[in-house]
Amino acid sequence: MLVNQFLFLGAILFCIGVYGVLARRNGVLVLMSIELILNSVNINLVAFGTMWHATDASNLSGQVFALFVIAIAAAEVGVGLAIVLMLYRNRRSIDIDDVDLMRG
Amino acid sequence: MTPVFASEVLVAQTIAFGLIAAAMIFAAVRVVTCRNLVHAALWLVTVLAGMAAQYILLAAEFVAVTQVLVYIGAIVVLFLFGIMLTRSQMGLSDRLDNPRQAKLVAGGVAVALLAVLGYALWDGFEDRRFGEISVQTTTQVSDAIFSTYLVPFEVVSVLLLAALIGAIVIARRD
Repeated sequence: MLVNQFLFLGAILFCIGVYGVLARRNGVLVLMSIELILNSVNINLVAFGTMWHATDASNLSGQVFALFVIAIAAAEVGVGLAIVLMLYRNRRSIDIDDVDLMRG
Repeated sequence: MTPVFASEVLVAQTIAFGLIAAAMIFAAVRVVTCRNLVHAALWLVTVLAGMAAQYILLAAEFVAVTQVLVYIGAIVVLFLFGIMLTRSQMGLSDRLDNPRQAKLVAGGVAVALLAVLGYALWDGFEDRRFGEISVQTTTQVSDAIFSTYLVPFEVVSVLLLAALIGAIVIARRD
């Protein structure tokens, strides 16, 4: 297997996630797109980890970093959804276009 | 071009990769274009499950299991809770997307980014192969976490605790 086939899969998913963040208006859907982005980075990390593991069996940095990213992603979704919930409670809508208090 | 050995080609794995990758890309596109919130969350499950399968192809068993437990088990459920608690419209909705011009810009940004990334990746790795893939066992992963990466691990624990408290404080009804 080529290393690049996994890296390209990650790149494609990353770009789909970026499109989602920019094109979606619903707060929950924006968070879902961010999950796509974080996941696509993880596949890169694991692919590089496997690549280095093949040359040096004591090197597991790729997997460990992927696990850290998963933990951070879980924290991010928890706080993000709490913010969306608060938004809904205050404005009865989770359209992020409506959150324009800081617009000049 | 380095010579390719028969043992490095791994036909079955490559076919499995192709099928799963195609399913994942289709599902990911549905996540960002679907007009039904709940369906988008369920398509996200497909992407995440495919990702776990790819980790298994990469012989990273512990990350694959963690992916299923944390993402599909916890994060998607959290999303479904978020959808229900905000009483979003359950059926089809036209209010999920930005206007057409914003979508065009987003598409342009995504395609440009893909072009840059694709060029950089091909320039950097070309047809480099994995070599002899051996299973990275859970034992080895835990050894690495609890020796080399002990301090970052503790920091992540504190961060999770902080995020937990923060989420409770933000979402509390008072």
